[in-house]
Amino acid sequence: LSRIGDELYLEPTESGLSLRAVNSSRSGFASFLFAPLFFQLYEPGSAGPETELFRCKVHMKSFLGIFRSLPSLEKSVGKCLILLKPRASRLVLQLHCKHGVTKTHNLAFQECERLQAVFDTRSCASHLCAPARVLAEAVVHFPLTLAEVTLRTGPGGKISLRNYVEDEAEPSKMMVTELWLAEDEFQSVAVVPGSHITFCLKEFRGLLSFAEASNLPLTIHFDEPGRPVIFTLDDTVLEVHLVLATLSDLQSDSQSPSTNGVSHLPAPSDDFADDLESYMVAMETGEGGSERPPSPTFPLRTPRPAESEPEEEEEEGAVPGTPPHKKFRSLFFGSVMTPGRPGLATTQEVLAEDSEGE
Amino acid sequence: MPFSAQPPASGERYALSASLDNARHLSSLLRAVHFQDYATCLATASGLRVTVEDAKCIQANAFIQAEIFQEFSVQEESVMFRISLSVLLDCLTIFGTSSLPGTSTALRMCYQGYGYPLMLFLEEGGVVTVCKINTQEPDELLDFDFCSTKVVNKIILQSEGLREAFAELDMTSEVLQITMSPDKPYFRLSTFGNAGSAHLDYPRDSDLMEAFHCNQTQTNRYKISLLKPSTKALALSCKVSIRTDAQGFLSLQYMIRNEDGQICFVEYYCCPDENITEAEL
Repeated sequence: LSRIGDELYLEPTESGLSLRAVNSSRSGFASFLFAPLFFQLYEPGSAGPETELFRCKVHMKSFLGIFRSLPSLEKSVGKCLILLKPRASRLVLQLHCKHGVTKTHNLAFQECERLQAVFDTRSCASHLCAPARVLAEAVVHFPLTLAEVTLRTGPGGKISLRNYVEDEAEPSKMMVTELWLAEDEFQSVAVVPGSHITFCLKEFRGLLSFAEASNLPLTIHFDEPGRPVIFTLDDTVLEVHLVLATLSDLQSDSQSPSTNGVSHLPAPSDDFADDLESYMVAMETGEGGSERPPSPTFPLRTPRPAESEPEEEEEEGAVPGTPPHKKFRSLFFGSVMTPGRPGLATTQEVLAEDSEGE
Repeated sequence: MPFSAQPPASGERYALSASLDNARHLSSLLRAVHFQDYATCLATASGLRVTVEDAKCIQANAFIQAEIFQEFSVQEESVMFRISLSVLLDCLTIFGTSSLPGTSTALRMCYQGYGYPLMLFLEEGGVVTVCKINTQEPDELLDFDFCSTKVVNKIILQSEGLREAFAELDMTSEVLQITMSPDKPYFRLSTFGNAGSAHLDYPRDSDLMEAFHCNQTQTNRYKISLLKPSTKALALSCKVSIRTDAQGFLSLQYMIRNEDGQICFVEYYCCPDENITEAEL
């Protein structure tokens, strides 16, 4: 999560503890949901009819500092207790170590709005599933500094990975690396032939290391260029999602999302990045209205064209300001039109917002 | 030869003369107190004491008893001089700092008296180095007046339990707060840094606790920057005794076993930063 953002969002839910992060340009979002079974004890607290379960965010570095040395932690720490104390404004992490020693860390936290990217793997046309090792071995061929990589479905069911080269770059001065993987390297392949997406490799590497370390297969859900790519890891006690914006093709720039009830996006201003911070969007993930659970399971299915469903949650907005020279569709957080709440104005700019200062 | 490379015969009258087969017995201990450039050396019949001070708040002493040396003689009652500890350490480790088994640097140290330089003769593998380090007028040293009768709280811990804690102290905190009490939390180290506060609790029945004699609940704060250098002494030691007196002065005494199994001591004394009775959460 630290590869994505500088702040760690902690959200206890009935279905487990969710840890999330988002990057500064809102083009990358990751969430780790630990089911109650993962813990020896899990008490999310009680949510009243008017109050929600408490959530907060802390500085990533402060949190990581507590778990500084993994090898020594494994040797010396017996158990870890995490307590959220809203009234004391403290997140308490208590490590019970050997020799009876107790380490208690009281971290200051900030209250925040719910951080939730709006995405739905079922609306993706293509799905790939591979052991993490296969993808890690593929990705190792690309330099660590490489920003973006293009995944392409080619003829004969082959999948290729290629480093993304800017159009402006001199072709003769660039080194291009392309790697092809056969269909049988994957556990399952259900893709639209000839499709391709370009996404940020750096942010993906973080998830890949985790997947490799935990020996979990990685599933990639993608659609057209410009639509987010969703990476998922599934385990009995853990659900991981990484949602990354993808580069849109120049031709499809004029495409406007055909989502119902969402008005046309206004032209973004130059200080768009600042405006983003002033938007406060109360996020729902459609729990109220849609039948989809917040973390959907990912059944494999044959490719089908993307449907415009009544509660299509995805929106896109061009953000020319961040990052400046990229054509990323970076905003895929949307507010959801839930039935019974006609008054909720659809915001044109789509972001999950924290409530700093609001 | 204009300058004799031969060490002087032990019959000559030197204010201080000493021989040590393994210079590391001295250099490793001096490193444990090396947080300032200059140190004051005091040689008496019982041995050598090297003192380093800072900010008039902290004093560290390294004791190397006469028995550690193969030869140790002090002509007057005591000999005292100020010397650059950095230079002294550089000279003692002139043949390198890596400790290969079987190799060691032999040392002969001579000091003629007031105004004379400290002479070091170092030999390893047949190669001899002669060093002459200027000495200075010794400064007056702080007297913490810390004696066992004034001790309010005392604990002795196995160093391994504290090593990691000290190495990982939150240095964004200005102070290290030490709480010692006959009741919970018994022995607690606290920091208050940018991320928040952190507390490290050692229960009195921990198997790291060798002795626990706390009579009164005391909470004192010390400047963390002054105490951080003691981590070096902690790393070398096998046991540490932590004592406080009624004014909140802190004494840390480290028991260090050298390569030959001989015991030496390093101690740190520190003044409290402010005297408070309530600890911050």
